[in-house]
Amino acid sequence: MASADELTFHEFEEATNLLADTPDAATTSRSDQLTPQGHVAVAVGSGGSYGAEDEVEEESDKAALLQEQQQQQQPGFWTFSYYQSFFDVDTSQVLDRIKGSLLPRPGHNFVRHHLRNRPDLYGPFWICATLAFVLAVTGNLTLVLAQRRDPSIHYSPQFHKVTVAGISIYCYAWLVPLALWGFLRWRKGVQERMGPYTFLETVCIYGYSLFVFIPMVVLWLIPVPWLQWLFGALALGLSAAGLVFTLWPVVREDTRLVATVLLSVVVLLHALLAMGCKSLPPENVAPPPQITSLPSNIALSPTLPQSLAPS
Amino acid sequence: MAEAEESPGDPGTASPRPLFAGLSDISISQDIPVEGEITIPMRSRIREFDSSTLNESVRNTIMRDLKAVGKKFMHVLYPRKSNTLLRDWDLWGPLILCVTLALMLQRDSADSEKDGGPQFAEVFVIVRFGAVTITLNSKLLGGNISFFQSLCVLGYCILPLTVAMLICRLVLLADPGPVNFMVRLFVVIVMFAWSIVASTAFLADSQPPNRRALAVYPVFLFYFVISWMILTFTPQ
Repeated sequence: MASADELTFHEFEEATNLLADTPDAATTSRSDQLTPQGHVAVAVGSGGSYGAEDEVEEESDKAALLQEQQQQQQPGFWTFSYYQSFFDVDTSQVLDRIKGSLLPRPGHNFVRHHLRNRPDLYGPFWICATLAFVLAVTGNLTLVLAQRRDPSIHYSPQFHKVTVAGISIYCYAWLVPLALWGFLRWRKGVQERMGPYTFLETVCIYGYSLFVFIPMVVLWLIPVPWLQWLFGALALGLSAAGLVFTLWPVVREDTRLVATVLLSVVVLLHALLAMGCKSLPPENVAPPPQITSLPSNIALSPTLPQSLAPS
Repeated sequence: MAEAEESPGDPGTASPRPLFAGLSDISISQDIPVEGEITIPMRSRIREFDSSTLNESVRNTIMRDLKAVGKKFMHVLYPRKSNTLLRDWDLWGPLILCVTLALMLQRDSADSEKDGGPQFAEVFVIVRFGAVTITLNSKLLGGNISFFQSLCVLGYCILPLTVAMLICRLVLLADPGPVNFMVRLFVVIVMFAWSIVASTAFLADSQPPNRRALAVYPVFLFYFVISWMILTFTPQ
């Protein structure tokens, strides 16, 4: 049975070579068909450990059969199983991808080594949600801590910050990859040796790179200004380095000018996001208190769109 | 069918069929009355087949639903691995709890919009859409729990946090201070842990073991946000 060979891990190198050889952009369907089949077959083998979950076993049996029959077909986008293929990850895989984004190395391509051309939507979605809520919570905490230091500040829960933070982070994590993907597709055409990343892989890159901002925002609670700038620079450096190392192999075949402009735009947008995160904590305190007794993030410009002005 | 049974037993068939041995001798003629009653043994749990609920008084209907909701509250407060919450799901309880929580989180002051506390719509939307998102996430990860069962469990497990909200409102009637805050913090943390334990007891079994943490983390985030909203509530 041919699929027995696909059960071993050799298939990942074959898939990578296959992707490198075929510059065709429709790589998602191939890789998703190659790996879930092996993945589903493994699930059948370990079905005994599920206990009494017979339906899962039968479903995976049926799914394996169906996928063998539909070798050339991907489920349509109106079916539930189409979206289920984007959530086909385990806990250990998600943790491994997060670790890979936290520690970027120049030779390691995030997409090839950690994603292994199997992007998922779980990571980007929940990392963005966590970041939005953590931003709101720490902003609130900053105000509480400031109020205890100086009781004249009027405390309010500032709940609309959650909405603002959420919308802006989700827009960033989904629209910027869309623009980047479109730009790369336009520049690359179909003649390249290594095809550009699919849209989902780009979303994954951006989503997982946002993870480092979560501990950064929490550490910003420490009201020491130079420490905050240090953490900010460190987090921005890690995140942007991850992005640049992943995009470099795709971009280096283009002209020098386009490559540098693209990479600097990517880094700049990431820096803007970091600045936006910094200015989200509340500053619109009712009576202007003594500036010297407050941490510096209270005195920043009030709303998110105005964060372009350096504080 | 009658003709087939009328044929004599074939001696060629070697398999003994003692159960149907006498059937070959039966011939159904026209004058044997076939009558009787076919009764299905009553299954008292299936309410929808029982047409007598149409005729009962409104009080009975409401009391039955309230009792079901109350029983599920008890299951949440003492979480054991029972299937009652999953099997007889209903969405009344989550609705009552969500509306109660959102009403209690309203601030009394006239300039509540300026103060930026969570409005009723914000709380309601966060709770409902949060539950829907977590359910979708659980199903996309391959869980074998149905959509409404999951909504039911997540909604009912807000009960400890609603109790925490009640206690916090009572505690806030006393004079504010650090002791006040510590008491509220302690209550909210305990109820948050209770909610997580209750919902995990019901939901964790529906996921394959290598994805359990992936499915439980959004539940944790959801209840954390609600607990945060409760903790930062100030009534002035």
